[in-house]
Amino acid sequence: MTQTPILSRDQATTTSLAQPRIMDDLDQLEAQSIFILREAYRKLKPLSLLWSLGKDSNVMVWLARKAFMGHVPFPVMHVDTEKKFPEMYAFRDEYTKKWNLDLLLGYCPPVEEIDPSLPPAARSAARKTAGLAAMIDKHRFRGVIAGIRRDEQATRAKERVFSPRGAGHRWDVRNQPPEFWDQYATPYEDGMHIRVHPLLSWREIDIWRYIEREGIPLVDLYFAKDGKRYRSLGDQDITNPVESTASTVAEVIAELETSRTSERAGRAMDHESEDVFERLRVAGYL
Amino acid sequence: MGDNIVTESFSETHRAAATPIVIVGHVDHGKSSLIGRLLYDTDSLQDGKLAQIVESSRKRGLAVEWSFLLDSLQIERDQGVTVDSTRIPFRLGSRDFVIVDAPGHRQFLRNMITGAADAEAAVLVVDAKEGAQEQTRRHAMLLRLIGIRHVIVLLNKSDLLEFDEAKIVRVESDVRQLLGRLEIEVEAVVPASARDGDNIASRSERALWYKGPTLVEALANVPPPASRAALPFRMPVQDVYRFDGVRYVAGRIERGTVRAGDRLAIGAQGQVATVVEVCRWHAPELPVAGAGESIALRLEPDLVPDRGDLLFPADDKAAAPERSARIRTRLFWLRGEPLRVGESFTLRLATAEHDVTVASIDAVVDLEDLTLREGDSVPPDGFAEITLAASHAVLFDPFSPGFGDGRGVLVDRYQRIVGGAPLIGPAELADGEHAIHPTASRVPAARQVQTRGHRSGVFWLTGLPGSGKSTVARAAELALSEQAINATVLDGDTLRAGLCSDLGFSPEDRHENIRRAAHVAKILAESGQVVIVALVSPLEADRTQARQIVGGNFHEVFVDTPLETCEKRDPKGLYAAARSGKIPEFTGVSAPYEAPVSPELRLAADRPEQEAINTLTAFILRLVQP
Repeated sequence: MTQTPILSRDQATTTSLAQPRIMDDLDQLEAQSIFILREAYRKLKPLSLLWSLGKDSNVMVWLARKAFMGHVPFPVMHVDTEKKFPEMYAFRDEYTKKWNLDLLLGYCPPVEEIDPSLPPAARSAARKTAGLAAMIDKHRFRGVIAGIRRDEQATRAKERVFSPRGAGHRWDVRNQPPEFWDQYATPYEDGMHIRVHPLLSWREIDIWRYIEREGIPLVDLYFAKDGKRYRSLGDQDITNPVESTASTVAEVIAELETSRTSERAGRAMDHESEDVFERLRVAGYL
Repeated sequence: MGDNIVTESFSETHRAAATPIVIVGHVDHGKSSLIGRLLYDTDSLQDGKLAQIVESSRKRGLAVEWSFLLDSLQIERDQGVTVDSTRIPFRLGSRDFVIVDAPGHRQFLRNMITGAADAEAAVLVVDAKEGAQEQTRRHAMLLRLIGIRHVIVLLNKSDLLEFDEAKIVRVESDVRQLLGRLEIEVEAVVPASARDGDNIASRSERALWYKGPTLVEALANVPPPASRAALPFRMPVQDVYRFDGVRYVAGRIERGTVRAGDRLAIGAQGQVATVVEVCRWHAPELPVAGAGESIALRLEPDLVPDRGDLLFPADDKAAAPERSARIRTRLFWLRGEPLRVGESFTLRLATAEHDVTVASIDAVVDLEDLTLREGDSVPPDGFAEITLAASHAVLFDPFSPGFGDGRGVLVDRYQRIVGGAPLIGPAELADGEHAIHPTASRVPAARQVQTRGHRSGVFWLTGLPGSGKSTVARAAELALSEQAINATVLDGDTLRAGLCSDLGFSPEDRHENIRRAAHVAKILAESGQVVIVALVSPLEADRTQARQIVGGNFHEVFVDTPLETCEKRDPKGLYAAARSGKIPEFTGVSAPYEAPVSPELRLAADRPEQEAINTLTAFILRLVQP
């Protein structure tokens, strides 16, 4: 077994006492996510993990390696809009090798094929939904792990950890299964799959604190250059950087501790109309 | 001494996890408004969100509606109700909370449970003027069954009672009495107005007589979760992996601690193994792990436990879990149809799955006054105490509020969660009662449909003797076989020739005949078969019972041939015999026939027989073809 070097954390000083560590908030989030990933791996086959190359999905790949002793025992999927930043493609190629990932690539149809009634940025974002749907159908995935969080956006706050998608990949928000005591429903009918959300309870700041604690690599775009940085990464043409001087993980955390604007403020589609995000999600957007 | 060092080193770096608080209560008693106000008063709103609320309220021509913050789904705003729970983080001083907003609308009970189940404390919002309502009682009952330990009551809209002490004390006493009956300890009862902000974050000027805490003070007083570290060790096996030639037994520790060198018993079989290593990836190396951690163990000997096997201390009898094949449970029932004795489910208990049957419904909760009554079924969204029988001994720890023990969940054959069943303890078998342990098929319904190529169903044909039930049933059976659909016909005379040859035609025997036919039909349908039953089944009550036995898959078909026609046909000469008095209690002549009031299909006699056959075949095809 290949062992990655052990972290030097102050908790390690308790070793000689042979008492369990007192779990802090990140330990608890981590333990819960590992539990969820292990449930998905056991219950849903075939399974894959959506790797958007953003900070959340990197944390998710990291948590999968935690759950499976350094391995990711299912494919990771990158649904490429072909409009991502060049830095993201370079990152993908580097860490596919370093993390020994089984990478599946999917492509998105041109925007002309997407519902013209959607506002322009949302229509562009919906390409990804179509690309994802094609991948799920092609590989007949029963489970797809996605890195959405409740605190990102109001409709995501309504999500389940195991979220069934009916035929046509639709999300039936009015008729979601009960989910409690860490028991996840896994109904199955032809054409159906389950979206698994191991990061649902994490907040943006938790993600950053975990990245800092674990030393998880990120695309440089998250760090300030010339007074601007990206807080959330989408396609080049529909994502805008925010004003910031934070050029390290620690500075980003300090900035978020005092920030009062929403993470997706730089995402154009969120501001086009009141219900656009919900419309996208019902149709299968993340 | 050593412990002190640990505590000190943590005081600087340790951040406790957020405390989840659930807000529940009757519809329109002001839950969402309370949350909006709480976030505003504690300055927890993001800049964008306040602007969004103001804008949304303005668009609808309303004053600022705090509830818009939460009811952020378009459909919710249009209907004015919260359809699903939402979580919102907020902070009081140095402590993080997560507010869970649970909907008050009755049919959305399952969403409320989803939100509330891992809360540490609950705020029960009660309209001071209206007092406790149906959903107040329902939610209070749920708080008890899902194990919420701390309950704060907010008497909202107290301004409608002018914050009058006498009136408020009266409402308070009613609510305390209600919660007392549920053995719920109330932390505080706060007279408040969410809309105006009285006693939410700041003390009300209008209720100077009130000396208790404001809501924010009461929340800050909620103690942190009880430690599970000192309890005997439990880890349900989640999975077993083999990576790089090493076998890992993976799971999350429910309680207690485990150390390298510990001897553990594995599941009901009780094989014993020693922990060689407590494994984690990319974490400080520690030979010990405690409650809440997701870890992997290496065992010696290198056994392969099953998922669901409970790991517990091997050498301490007092630290062993309960073991019983019959278990008393409380129940909150989430399926759209009532629960009845004899139904089979999978009982999920942490990662374990056990086949269980409902052996008895011991008491049903009356939601009017929260008393326990006798009952033979549990209604949708109802509460009860029931006994479950498993086919083998189940290891468990009784349910205890605030802990993970005994959290049973019932799952049906479609892998849907249909109820929560906190386990109370082993059930004694009554004197003279013989324990039966029915088993249920493990074949998933979806696979059954796949292998058979069609769904199952029971089509129950009722009608007078001679109405043509058996003829139509047999012809439909043949027509279905041409479409590659397997159907079985259970007709009256065939059953009476064998299975029911001990029965006559008295009302009791007819009843028994129908009961047996219904059970056979049920067994066949559960194996994926299409079943056509052709039985006179003259009484509405008997057909209702058959429907209950069969369950959701029952379709009533009325072969509506008038008496004169049947008597004219009289293919078996029975009418003639009955008229001459040779057959007593003959349906239509000397015994009643109660025609179905609203059958799902009616086969009219004024049409040619072939048309009835085609109609029935088409009806069945429509329901069973995938």
